[in-house]
Amino acid sequence: MKSIILAALALAGAAALPAEAAEGDTVKAIRARGELLCGVSTGVSTGMSTLDNQGNWKGMEVEFCRGLAAAILGDASKVKFVPLEFRVAFTTLQSGAADILARTATWSYSRDASLNLDWAGVYMYDGQGFMVAKKLGAKSGKDLNGASICVSAGTTSELNLADYFRSNGMKYTVITGSTREQNQQSLESGRCDAYSNERGGLAASRTAMKNPDDWVILPDVFSKEPLGPTLRQDDARFRDIVAWTLNIIIAAEEFGVTKANVAEQAASSTNPEVQRMLGKTGEFGKMLGMEQDWAVKVIAATGNYGELYERNLGSGSPIKLDRGLNSLWSKGGLLYSPPFR
Amino acid sequence: MTAVVNSSRVERSPAIAQLRRRLAWARANLFARPIDVLLTSTIAAAAVALLWAIVPWAFIDAVWVGENRAACRPDAACWAFIVNRGGQFLYGFYPQPERWRVNAVFLIFAVSVFLLLRRDTPGKRVVAFFLLLVFPILGYVLLHGGVAGLSRVTTDKWGGLSLTLLLGVAGIVVSFPIAIVLALGRQSEMPLFRWASIAYIEICRGLPLIAVLFMARILLPYAFPVGSEFDPLALAVTGIILFESAYLAEVFRGGFQAIPKGQAEAAAAIGFGYWRTAIYVTLPQMLRVVVPGVVNNAIALVKNTTLVVILGLFEVLNIVAAGAADPDWLGLHAEGYVFVGLVFWGLCFAMSRYSQSLERELKAAERS
Repeated sequence: MKSIILAALALAGAAALPAEAAEGDTVKAIRARGELLCGVSTGVSTGMSTLDNQGNWKGMEVEFCRGLAAAILGDASKVKFVPLEFRVAFTTLQSGAADILARTATWSYSRDASLNLDWAGVYMYDGQGFMVAKKLGAKSGKDLNGASICVSAGTTSELNLADYFRSNGMKYTVITGSTREQNQQSLESGRCDAYSNERGGLAASRTAMKNPDDWVILPDVFSKEPLGPTLRQDDARFRDIVAWTLNIIIAAEEFGVTKANVAEQAASSTNPEVQRMLGKTGEFGKMLGMEQDWAVKVIAATGNYGELYERNLGSGSPIKLDRGLNSLWSKGGLLYSPPFR
Repeated sequence: MTAVVNSSRVERSPAIAQLRRRLAWARANLFARPIDVLLTSTIAAAAVALLWAIVPWAFIDAVWVGENRAACRPDAACWAFIVNRGGQFLYGFYPQPERWRVNAVFLIFAVSVFLLLRRDTPGKRVVAFFLLLVFPILGYVLLHGGVAGLSRVTTDKWGGLSLTLLLGVAGIVVSFPIAIVLALGRQSEMPLFRWASIAYIEICRGLPLIAVLFMARILLPYAFPVGSEFDPLALAVTGIILFESAYLAEVFRGGFQAIPKGQAEAAAAIGFGYWRTAIYVTLPQMLRVVVPGVVNNAIALVKNTTLVVILGLFEVLNIVAAGAADPDWLGLHAEGYVFVGLVFWGLCFAMSRYSQSLERELKAAERS
């Protein structure tokens, strides 16, 4: 009964007409408010949005919002983080109580088409995989025929898992849990042979294991989970600003611009594209209604993509997730910024 | 002769006498028949095994001090997580130098409840008036600040155990008078007042709290112009009061119905009107009867406060869950949930013990 009420509520929320705003209104509202409202997780998204010992927000998505605040308001600290449970995240964005969601939301056709939402790009290419005990000896997902597999109930992960085994003509037993820690405990205690989730989540779970070295994430990636900043569909100008904030962060890695050297590069880089991006030549800030040096402020706040990733998810963090698809296009990954021209 | 010496020696050492009494009690109660011996030793063995498993994990090998997960041992509890984040778990994001204000509010509450429930406090009426009408405003002003030189601490900074308690206290204290009015209304002879009370109680009692909170988060913003901001804490407190006053009203109605009809009739016979009957005769007796029901509701409410995470509020359960997702303390769910479990159990057990002693006292008062 409870779930029926919740479903009805969610439908009512999704069906209600979203707040229509005119072009550019979002930025105007943010500037008038003096604060960016950034929807994040309720502190449970390891590496993306969590709370530190002092109660400050940290994580890759958190830092992306800080970079966006630096872009729009010139100050990375002018962000108000709105903690949102997944169930209320999209409707909260639609109602205008958040300007942007940076909340590990997968970009998919049906969400983009029917929820009046837009994704302004992808800051993390995640995908579903398996984690197994090293001593199981499995080398790939194909070795898991007949295995029992832990997965979160009612998620797309559960559906992807079924697709994967059906398309490979293999059998498996599903053991559903309700949370990531529950699945992790089940795997650790041997209730299941493998745990299937997004690889980012698997890496976090592996860190949480008693002995992380006993566990291995198999190389298979059998779903696409592109995570990116989620916006309302009504403001193309705001979408451009968010998309180019992300592009600046990616391009900065390509050009070797870092948090530490961005001021120096802005003053003395001889690369014409860097000069345009950092505002030394041309009027690229004005075209988007931004300050001339907005890219400098973004990079000074977040660093380039490589720094952002390694600090929160990669080698500089306890999670130690390899870059994989989240490498630059020139290094075999998918990260690619259109040119600054 | 020897017997006399023996018995006098026993009398001289009361410790031995006590030991004997205990042995006799054990023989009679624990080891009387073979089946008793079997049951007693099985349960004792199970208890020892349980302690054997828990004590080394929780105490002997446990780590109490550390800056992050690296300081912990994989096979033992890591209380350093709780110690390190204790301030956050208790006060949320409330700024450190201002935390005395939170303590002050709860101290004032505790003292006034103590005075109100002690039997021989003079001027109880003043205390009750203070608690129900002045305290909610005073507490809010103290916590929120922005006046009288207190710095402003916006409600999104409130969290942790103090938020849990705040929601519980606000839920009960504010709902209390509303519920009395509703309970009187439900039994009133004025049809409009009665229907309105019945409608309110039946509607609010029929809704799950989680649905009320979802509506507040998802639907409310659509009813107001774009950009209007809602204070999530105000929404949470309003939702809890809506819900709790309906529940309490039914508890109070049960209390009113438990009072013999003769009481009201006797009051009418000596010329008391409706209000005087209620204030001097039925209400005091009703309040005495409903203590267990109110405490029962308070216990349920304290546990229900964990749902406010839907509004993005971090009460004690969710701030601990968030802590265990921080890469620095990743995976310490067991420690976190043991801590939260102990906190909730402690709160609820204290309330239940208190209500029992209160009932005993009230019974004694009734007899005298």
